[in-house]
Amino acid sequence: MLRNDIAITPQLVAEHGLKPDEYERFKTLIGREPTITELGIVSAMWNEHCSYKSSRLHLKTLPTKAPWVIQGPGENAGVIDIGDGDAIIFKMESHNHPSFIEPYQGAATGVGGILRDVFTMGARPIAALNLLRFGSPDHPKTRHLVGGVVAGIGGYGNSFGVPTVGGSVNFHTRYDGNILVNAMAVGLARADEIFYAKATGVGRPIVYLGSKTGRDGIHGATMASAAFEANAEEKRPTVQVGDPFAEKLLLEACLEIMAKGCVIAIQDMGAAGLTSSAVEMGAKGNLGIELDLDKVPCREEGMTAYEMMLSESQERMLMVLDPDKEEEAEAVFRKWGLDFAVIGQTTDTLRFVVKHGGEVLADLPIKELGDEAPMYNRPHVPSPKLPVIAAEAVNAPIPAREALIKLIATPDLASKRWVWEQYDHIIQGNTVQTPGGDAAVVRIKDGPKGIALTTDVTQRYCEADPVEGGKQAVAEAWRNITAVGAKPLALTDNLNFGNPERPEYMGQLVGAIAGIGEACRALDFPIVSGNVSLYNETQGRGILPTPSIGGVGLIADVTKSASLPFKAEGEAVLILGETAGWLGQSVYLRDVCGREEGAPPPVDLAAERRNGDFVRELILSGEATAVHDLSDGGLAVALAEMAMASGIGATIDALPGNLPVHAFLFGEDQARYVVTVPSAKAGEVIAAAAKAGVPVTRLGTTGGDALRWPGEAPISIADLKGRHEAWLPDYMAGKV
Amino acid sequence: MKAAVVVFPGSNRDGDVARALSAAGASVSSAWHADTDLPAGTDLVVLPGGFSYGDYLRCGAIAGRAVIMDAVRAHAARGGLVLGICNGFQILCESGLLPGVLMRNADLHFVCRRQHLTVERNDTAFTKAYRQGQVIDVCIAHGEGNYVADPETLARIEGDGRVAFRYCDATGAHTAEANPNGSLNDIAGIYSETLNVLGMMPHPENLIDDLVGGTDGRGLFAGLAALAA
Repeated sequence: MLRNDIAITPQLVAEHGLKPDEYERFKTLIGREPTITELGIVSAMWNEHCSYKSSRLHLKTLPTKAPWVIQGPGENAGVIDIGDGDAIIFKMESHNHPSFIEPYQGAATGVGGILRDVFTMGARPIAALNLLRFGSPDHPKTRHLVGGVVAGIGGYGNSFGVPTVGGSVNFHTRYDGNILVNAMAVGLARADEIFYAKATGVGRPIVYLGSKTGRDGIHGATMASAAFEANAEEKRPTVQVGDPFAEKLLLEACLEIMAKGCVIAIQDMGAAGLTSSAVEMGAKGNLGIELDLDKVPCREEGMTAYEMMLSESQERMLMVLDPDKEEEAEAVFRKWGLDFAVIGQTTDTLRFVVKHGGEVLADLPIKELGDEAPMYNRPHVPSPKLPVIAAEAVNAPIPAREALIKLIATPDLASKRWVWEQYDHIIQGNTVQTPGGDAAVVRIKDGPKGIALTTDVTQRYCEADPVEGGKQAVAEAWRNITAVGAKPLALTDNLNFGNPERPEYMGQLVGAIAGIGEACRALDFPIVSGNVSLYNETQGRGILPTPSIGGVGLIADVTKSASLPFKAEGEAVLILGETAGWLGQSVYLRDVCGREEGAPPPVDLAAERRNGDFVRELILSGEATAVHDLSDGGLAVALAEMAMASGIGATIDALPGNLPVHAFLFGEDQARYVVTVPSAKAGEVIAAAAKAGVPVTRLGTTGGDALRWPGEAPISIADLKGRHEAWLPDYMAGKV
Repeated sequence: MKAAVVVFPGSNRDGDVARALSAAGASVSSAWHADTDLPAGTDLVVLPGGFSYGDYLRCGAIAGRAVIMDAVRAHAARGGLVLGICNGFQILCESGLLPGVLMRNADLHFVCRRQHLTVERNDTAFTKAYRQGQVIDVCIAHGEGNYVADPETLARIEGDGRVAFRYCDATGAHTAEANPNGSLNDIAGIYSETLNVLGMMPHPENLIDDLVGGTDGRGLFAGLAALAA
């Protein structure tokens, strides 16, 4: 019988985030009252963040397989085959709550955690991306949060030495008290040299590597599984502190001992630290684990077993090493100045045993800690359908010209240069397309092969209709990858939602997962990794449902990739895909008309595929000179972005007679692209599109220094660009 | 030309500069921060970009006192070539091989972007492939590149023609807007008294490929590689 000095009261149980019935279930499982250390361990394993107890049932419905998928969800990250023996390992993960409390360290450790997930599997990180959602620019905390998060992401990635090549930044008042920081990492490995968490062999040493253990981050995962109250700042001590230098050393040391064949199993210590990593290694390998905490390198004296098991100190790894190569591995770690300690061994008991000071403080069934975690089919109600808003029913409050000038400088559409210039996006020398395009393109080694990367979600569509919004997030990622000429291969998702115990928010999650699954199946775009972040709300109000999608595509020859700037004067400007003038939930309706209303644009997945496949062919055959997908702000904003990026203007020859001008220019119909081709080729391309069943119209021609359409004065590109670039720096300087 | 790239814990552009040197035809090896000697026959020592020892103290302060730096100082004293890029420049200043110091960027932000430079002289081992006054387009990626020296030191550097590169705009004009970090006299790189040690903040090693931004950085490595070993 284990000694039990601290009585486990209902209050203590509640403080550990366990519901009374969950605690009873645990007690039944172990047949006695747990020790305080055991209570800590189970609270770490059974919280929402680690157990996916509200989402697991629904996540199972997502497609995760394809011939090119080497490893789907369930490991540290997903793995796909990109040919020639190369594999891409990637995942996206949230660090929302810590980033709100302490933006620099919260964001920095978010980046650190996801990089570690990728190199734990044997990959060298070659790119990082992110997706950020902040509160209203008018909210008093927003400026501080933007500044801190951006500095934190840069501070970690820049020092670690990975290029941050892409991302997405939006603002909305529903994130005022709960920002989103989703970080994605992408690594390159050999397809036959992937490392997993599954331990094998009884009596093998378990080795602790990396930084020392401190008291930081205790209960971080539990915090990430609870809603924020007004006193969120009081949780500052639960935010971990990042050390990118230690992580860089850990990367080099891990890759070195992996190359030497020393590693049998490896798991990084992320959420729930030593507890989660040790349990996973044992449970996956059908083995028990015995830890002797006296051997754990500690930063502070007098740490208890409870604290060591729950610490989320960063830059730490747990490994099972080949006993014959233990000395070799230790020498590598000593060379890099990192801690190396044997802290336990694998056993055949299927028990998770934790000793400290010669005493057993925890003795739990290892499989049940993971497998028997509660799983809920929580009540959920679908979001009510919103009415379709007819284009004719929206009056234009200002002329289209003025609307474009206004939109291009709104917080969501303004240039994010101020953000991405704080990220080193060129290190490693392979960034073929830098931030600011549809997707980043990163060459693999010396080429010619490369990958295309993007992060996307349109949360206002998800709020209005979670199913269509989920479909659209996947479709947009697929489209952005297509628009640079790459073939979309797989994605990682980061599902940020409100309190799952409220049926309306649970309904959003269930709806979005259904939409995501449908789009993934239709586009052969499986999900290989992901993360769920629930309880994103402040004082009872949920965030906009935000299922972030991180997409990865492959292009056989990066020299053939397309980009969005216009390339020359006198080229034909074509629009591919059907324009119906859909204004419901558009940024035009929101930011020009002041209405967040209506159903979002429907996503026709067959049309997405048909139109996208055609555009990709146009790019790879060398006919398309510039390509841009149409999204927020529709056609006018897309043309403006292509013009601002090149300094070359364009003229639209005629406006359609059957649509209001503002619906034609700002409608957000899906599955559309603007493509330029040399004028002499236009007829041929239009004929080919018609033959492929892809709607196509020649809009006009590139040239001049302004955007022009009939009936209104030209819009100077230089003026547009000035406004587009000014908003964010001015905002951060407190000028707007 | 035999180049040795010094790897400190936290160096992260060692691979990038080795790639640029190899592409230019140099033979490249590496030296570890704790080594006492450089590889035999080293002509050029490169201190690469990165965050040596984390740079949690003053940038380059610990690296400037690393074991290998005694060998680098001896190499420089013998007239051997030394190139420090970004963190390497900071390390050269901290090690006493170059005067002055790199402070935090004037706007306090890390900045990564394309940047034009003027090549101030083309009669050194590093810049033979450029024209004097040529405007080159490279990139910068640093948080602490704001070059500062006391007035006498600055006057001496200028008087001796030891400024290697200055920040400028696309037309070659040295304007306040074109200066990304507040550096005195728009200084982007300086030479030692005997012109065999060059420290510079910008990254020519990332501009060696048309596909990835351009090739204006190539000249520096091509010029070095072409030197008789």
